[in-house]
Amino acid sequence: MDTFLQQLINGITLGSIYALVALGYTMVYGILELINFAHGEVLMVGALVALTVIQGLTGWGWPAPLAVLVAVLAAMVVCMTLGLAIERVAYRPLRRAPKLAPLITAIGLSIVLQQVAALIWGRGYLSFPAVLPPVSVVWGGVIITAIQGAIIVLAALIMAGLLVLVQKTALGRAMRATAQNPAVAQLMGVNTDRIIAWTFVIGSGLAAVAGVMVAAYYGVGNYTMGFMLGLKAFTAAVLGGIGNLAGAMLGGLLLGVVEALGAGYIGDLTGDFFGSNYKDVFAFMVLIGVLVFHPNGLLGSRAREKV
Amino acid sequence: MLLGAAAVLLLVLPFVTDAALGHGWVRILDFALLYVLLALGLNIVVGYAGLLDLGYVAFFAVGAYCYALLASPHFDLHWPLWALLPAGALLAASFGVLLGTPTLGLRGDYLAIVTLGFGEIIRIFLNNLNTPVNITNGPQGVSLIDPLRIGPWSLGQVHHLGGLEIPIVVNIYFLFLVGVLLAIVLSRRLEHSRIGRAWAAIREDEVAAASMGLHTRNLKLLAFAMGASFGGLSGGLFAGFQGFVSPESFTLQESVMILCMVVLGGMGNIAGVVLGAVLLSVLPEALRAAGGLQQDLLGRVWVDPSNLRLLLFGLALVLMMLLRPEGLLPARARQRELHG
Repeated sequence: MDTFLQQLINGITLGSIYALVALGYTMVYGILELINFAHGEVLMVGALVALTVIQGLTGWGWPAPLAVLVAVLAAMVVCMTLGLAIERVAYRPLRRAPKLAPLITAIGLSIVLQQVAALIWGRGYLSFPAVLPPVSVVWGGVIITAIQGAIIVLAALIMAGLLVLVQKTALGRAMRATAQNPAVAQLMGVNTDRIIAWTFVIGSGLAAVAGVMVAAYYGVGNYTMGFMLGLKAFTAAVLGGIGNLAGAMLGGLLLGVVEALGAGYIGDLTGDFFGSNYKDVFAFMVLIGVLVFHPNGLLGSRAREKV
Repeated sequence: MLLGAAAVLLLVLPFVTDAALGHGWVRILDFALLYVLLALGLNIVVGYAGLLDLGYVAFFAVGAYCYALLASPHFDLHWPLWALLPAGALLAASFGVLLGTPTLGLRGDYLAIVTLGFGEIIRIFLNNLNTPVNITNGPQGVSLIDPLRIGPWSLGQVHHLGGLEIPIVVNIYFLFLVGVLLAIVLSRRLEHSRIGRAWAAIREDEVAAASMGLHTRNLKLLAFAMGASFGGLSGGLFAGFQGFVSPESFTLQESVMILCMVVLGGMGNIAGVVLGAVLLSVLPEALRAAGGLQQDLLGRVWVDPSNLRLLLFGLALVLMMLLRPEGLLPARARQRELHG
């Protein structure tokens, strides 16, 4: 039972991060019907920028909490700019092109960003300085570290904030209108180009925060860290129903929990035939399963192919 | 006339290269031919049927491991070549059907992600299927694979024809060349057959194709299986040539690379795909020399050549889509469509 609860906590932590990243995928997809393949790479850039800033600032003797705060802000600024640039350079010119075209530019961009990051930060692992207090709460037999607690609470706050933004503000209303029907939204006086740019900026900001969380949770960052995470977050978005914000959150949490429990129990279930080294397979199995049996996802509305 | 000249050129090319640049460059030619074969296979899926497959390397892996396990001391099996290559192609094709059956109803971009996931799943399994029963020998891979052998002639040793010495890499060159020529003939025949025209119809408008009475699911499955069998065949040739396979050779990067070849050359056009594959497999070798050049010109190596190679690929993909989405040598139909 303790193992179960412990894996559940680990899964929720991981799931909160997936959810933040999945939101970026789902918002862009909701409006453009485009899988922003480079999204995982934006997260990686955010994480590496934050690591550099934290290392630098704590080296100058800044107090840890302040250094982390500045690092998160720096990562967000860099990632938002990057997201804006990506949309402008690689996606906007191709909005009317056949669907394959933006998908291929997205793959190309993802390679470019990885290699540029490898040039800037090297191919090694950057470690997250041990600046956060290593305290943890022991509750029954379950251990919750401070980092886990911070990730879960912060992710919940950010997601609540995003829901308010999308549901209550003028920008959010314009975003929803653009997602429903860009042409009509434009007729109603919505500057759809600007709304799309905002979508990328917001998604990239979320990815930056998620990147810092991943780096803090695992203690390291590397130029390849964004790829697999991006893929899993996309899976989470599809699982929840792509284009649906609440769906991305639910999908993220669910995928995190499935993965953690799966990794914890697969050995017992298969008589040690499969070990936890198969953990990365779960996300893909979930993805294929959802797409085959319930392609609209858990909360997705019925998507009809536009003819 | 032109055909004759091309034939002579292809015949003397390996010997000239060998004499002028050494075995290493003939080896590069061998790999270029292997990539042409792979790109032609992917072209059936992406270029003809319009299905974006981001996990194509999985079929290459299946073919390679099929050869490796059936012709090495690992299980102490030593099948002959004429059985190994079809076995690899067939196994890969059945994996294609296995992947395609549940997923081909999906929209294009979902399919891309699922195929990508499939490629990763295959790699993870190859990496981990060494316990509790050792099937793939895990990350160490399978070594001491039997060399390619046609009847009594082993291609893994030097032969003499009259006074002419034929090194191993040249033997391999001719075997791969035969494979590529067969693939080209097959692709051409397919493209203009009833099936090929059906694929084109599905690529352009699936709903319209279905309402014209085409069985779209089966046709798409066929494209998947066909493309996969090319991949499986190349995998077998690769394993026999290298004498060693490990999961490291079958990463997503490799899938993307093959896709780049198809896209840069010109989806759906055989000459374009061949050009793309040759360019992208020979250019990186030239870039490898860029490390030395940087050393000479700038005093130190500023940009790691392998880094540079991928960076340029990524940039090429983006720029190509923005400036010339139809590729270097486009299929006529696609050019019309994009520059109507």
